[in-house]
Amino acid sequence: MTLFNPTRCQALLALLMLVFSLAAHSDPQPAPQPWLDALDTLKQGSMPEREKAIMQLADIKDAHNLAILQALLDSKLFITKTDARLVIGTDNHQGFDLSDAVSGASLGAVGHDALTKINLTNKMRGTLRKIIGELELSADDPKVRLAAVKAMAKEADEKAISLLRERAGQEQDEAVREAIKVALLLQDMDSEDKAVRIMAIEGLKAYDSQEAANRLNAMLEKDENGEYSEPDADVRNLAKASLTNINNRLQLYGSIETIFFGLSLGAVLVLSAIGLAITFGVMGVINMAHGELMMLGAYTTYVIQQLMPNYLGVSVIIAIPAAFVISALAGIAIERGIIRFLYGRPLETLLATFGVSLILQQSVRSIFSPLNRSVATPEWMSGSWQINDFLSLTWNRFYILVFCLLVFVLLLQILKRTSLGLEVRAVAQNRKMAKAMGIPTARVDAMTFGLGSGIAGVAGVALSQITNVGPNLGQAYIVDSFMVVVFGGVGNLLGTLVAGFSLGIANKFLEPFAGAVLAKILVLVFIILFIQKRPRGLFPQKGRAADS
Amino acid sequence: MFNKISKKLLLAPIAAAVMAFFPVAHAEDTIKVGVLHSLSGTMAISETTLKDTMLMLIDEQNKKGGLLGKKLEAVVVDPASNWPLFAEKARELLTKDKVSAIFGCWTSVSRKSVLPVIEELNGILFYPVQYEGEESSKNVFYTGAAPNQQAIPAVDYLMNDLGVKRWVLAGTDYVYPRTTNKILEAYLKSKKVAKKDIMINYTPFGHSDWQSIVADIKKFGSAGKKTAVVSTINGDANVPFYKELGNQGISAENIPVIAFSVGEEELSGIDTKPLVGHLAAWNYFMSVDTTKNAAFIKEWHDFIKNPKRVTNDPMEAHYIGFNMWVKAVEKAGTTDPDAVQKAIIGVEYPNLTGGMSKMLPNHHISKPVLIGEIQDDGQFVTVWQTNKLVDGDAWSDYLPESKPIIADWTPPINCGNYNTKTKKCSGQNY
Repeated sequence: MTLFNPTRCQALLALLMLVFSLAAHSDPQPAPQPWLDALDTLKQGSMPEREKAIMQLADIKDAHNLAILQALLDSKLFITKTDARLVIGTDNHQGFDLSDAVSGASLGAVGHDALTKINLTNKMRGTLRKIIGELELSADDPKVRLAAVKAMAKEADEKAISLLRERAGQEQDEAVREAIKVALLLQDMDSEDKAVRIMAIEGLKAYDSQEAANRLNAMLEKDENGEYSEPDADVRNLAKASLTNINNRLQLYGSIETIFFGLSLGAVLVLSAIGLAITFGVMGVINMAHGELMMLGAYTTYVIQQLMPNYLGVSVIIAIPAAFVISALAGIAIERGIIRFLYGRPLETLLATFGVSLILQQSVRSIFSPLNRSVATPEWMSGSWQINDFLSLTWNRFYILVFCLLVFVLLLQILKRTSLGLEVRAVAQNRKMAKAMGIPTARVDAMTFGLGSGIAGVAGVALSQITNVGPNLGQAYIVDSFMVVVFGGVGNLLGTLVAGFSLGIANKFLEPFAGAVLAKILVLVFIILFIQKRPRGLFPQKGRAADS
Repeated sequence: MFNKISKKLLLAPIAAAVMAFFPVAHAEDTIKVGVLHSLSGTMAISETTLKDTMLMLIDEQNKKGGLLGKKLEAVVVDPASNWPLFAEKARELLTKDKVSAIFGCWTSVSRKSVLPVIEELNGILFYPVQYEGEESSKNVFYTGAAPNQQAIPAVDYLMNDLGVKRWVLAGTDYVYPRTTNKILEAYLKSKKVAKKDIMINYTPFGHSDWQSIVADIKKFGSAGKKTAVVSTINGDANVPFYKELGNQGISAENIPVIAFSVGEEELSGIDTKPLVGHLAAWNYFMSVDTTKNAAFIKEWHDFIKNPKRVTNDPMEAHYIGFNMWVKAVEKAGTTDPDAVQKAIIGVEYPNLTGGMSKMLPNHHISKPVLIGEIQDDGQFVTVWQTNKLVDGDAWSDYLPESKPIIADWTPPINCGNYNTKTKKCSGQNY
């Protein structure tokens, strides 16, 4: 492929501008025929032809070309339906802001229907990533360079390796240099020279690289004829030692990961149970509609996201107080309308709130349709915190864990420090005495129920980030919530926290051995046995209040 | 029997005479078609669409002049995602409403529940969903894919085109995934895949905490060999599964997931960004560019009055099944189940992807197999397809116990599970 001739390109561009009769002036851009041809193939071609076009574009070093490839990878490259022009479109929620892919000139905005997207397959995406990596290896931003090196290392061919070697000498950034070093060392492991292989193994020992572990493993494996794939015994011994070293670290990271998984599952359990711990634990109301109050919170998140589609990141934050208010109001309405007539009659309360849960489910079905609604995850909550090759913690779970602890501390403070908290505790301990002391028990009941329901709503916001937002959302969590509250000890918030986390961790340690289905059963059996032994849970209430 | 026929013979001219005098068709003169799909409960999400599809097809047939000179009339019942209720409603349709054919069911367990009723009363059921096979009833026509029309070609594609060496078979814990995975495991082993390169995992319905399973898949897939996940995960559990995959950094480029239960309808309710590039195997995609498909989509949009609704594979299965039934009734000249069952074998009808599907003697149909990659608009791009139609195989050839068994509802065999070795038809009816 020929490189550009700047003067010819300028002339061509001038011609191009005439053809498109674009008034605005723009920088002289190279637009040679092969490039235009490749873009043309990209536009019309079938999938295999499109692949060829991408390969052709790969050999053109030019910032503008890079922008097109990047747009293609980000699925921002379109064809206009009216005049079949190749354009780059940026979604502005009403439609797309267009710019011409060839000239870069702005073309104004159009609706969503006016464009056809250029579709890609996985293979093309992989190729594109590698090409972009090669083009971006000398980018100014070290982060871009790091991503480029990683993309190239994944499918390292000779060209990529020579580019990386070239880059290694001039790279200034520490992290990028390390990444290049690992990639090159991995390549050295295939060397014919024994000394180079030994050097490579020694060099890789210190890195937590999955790829290195795989290569070492492969060295120690025997092929069909019973021969080691690594012929030299010295190298094999070194590889074995190095592998043990890596495996020890791997085990440690594995345990950390399992504990994190357990904590995050526990956080979800605690979040969904903590509202129930108040209504069931403190007030003694068996609220079967608790799950549906969480569902209301999740739907609130959905509605808020629909109201402000341009601010995904903020909408989740705004949804937290909004969900609290809506679920709390719903809770107060349930308490005032139904439950207050049924205090002291647990069976009737159970049936009535079960009815309420069905009504709430069906109304959501009628308003929002029975299909699940899609709640988008904001950018800052997706992806994971990559600590090294072996250990990464997902952001959404991490934030939910932090959020759960925040909610817990806040609730504890409300109950301990505020006058509402004092009244709630007083009514919970001895209703009649509290009434005699002049506490408006009816109002306190409503407020307590509202508080518990509001927290259920907040839990719903968290759940909307990890599971389906649909009419059945609540049902999936109601059993778990009751389980946690009963296990932790009715009427004890700290018990709920401990119970939630320990059940979460127990579940996650069992899962690898027993499988998800059996792990759940085992945990349930354990709780049944535990309740037989200690009917009041982990932290039973003491004193006179417990006897009544 | 004789009595019935003579009655019918007597009634026919009278009915014709009545028809001549009264232009509006009387209830007695319609051919009734039963629609047995859940309109409430957990399966309503998927099955309501199929009910609407049936109404549309019947409506269209009536516009063309009905069938045998009579109008078609849909009898819609709601089995409410309750498996025993499926059997009850089927009995009601056959005895009380006297429908000529039933179009319905989604889950395998609902079909198994209807099966004894439909065999006892000699009805006809068209079942439109991909399923695990190992069944062929005289009274059921399977218009969805058998495992060899979906699962096996999908595995072939991954093995040959993507060079996959390690396999994760992940599924929801019930009959369809378990049977399909059993077949796939046997198939993979026959292709010299070692046991340590296959990981099988089952999760409960609606599973939402995928952290450790996805972490396991990641570990399993990072052993240096190309790995793919074959997913028979059903319904709601898919969204958190794909989300977790995305969050843990597993993209379709390093570990592709191929799903058998995720179609356009399921994708329309979720944020598709983390799914882009993952695969699905079906016999139909809405994105397939044929004139027949374009017409079908337009008709669907006009009927449902919502241009945003999608079409999917089970809808196409009903489209083919219904039209085959119409052709068979025309061929037989009656809606009598025995005559229709005989007439429908060999009937051909063009499918929406450009081929000619045929009803086979084992009551399954021939279909193309398509593999598509999910795009961010919730549609699929076909990346691979079989160059000719694949005949549905009722009894898998990869399971030792069903290998010698075939289904053939034409004489001389006339049996749903005929053992070619012992030359015997098993005592069961299916």
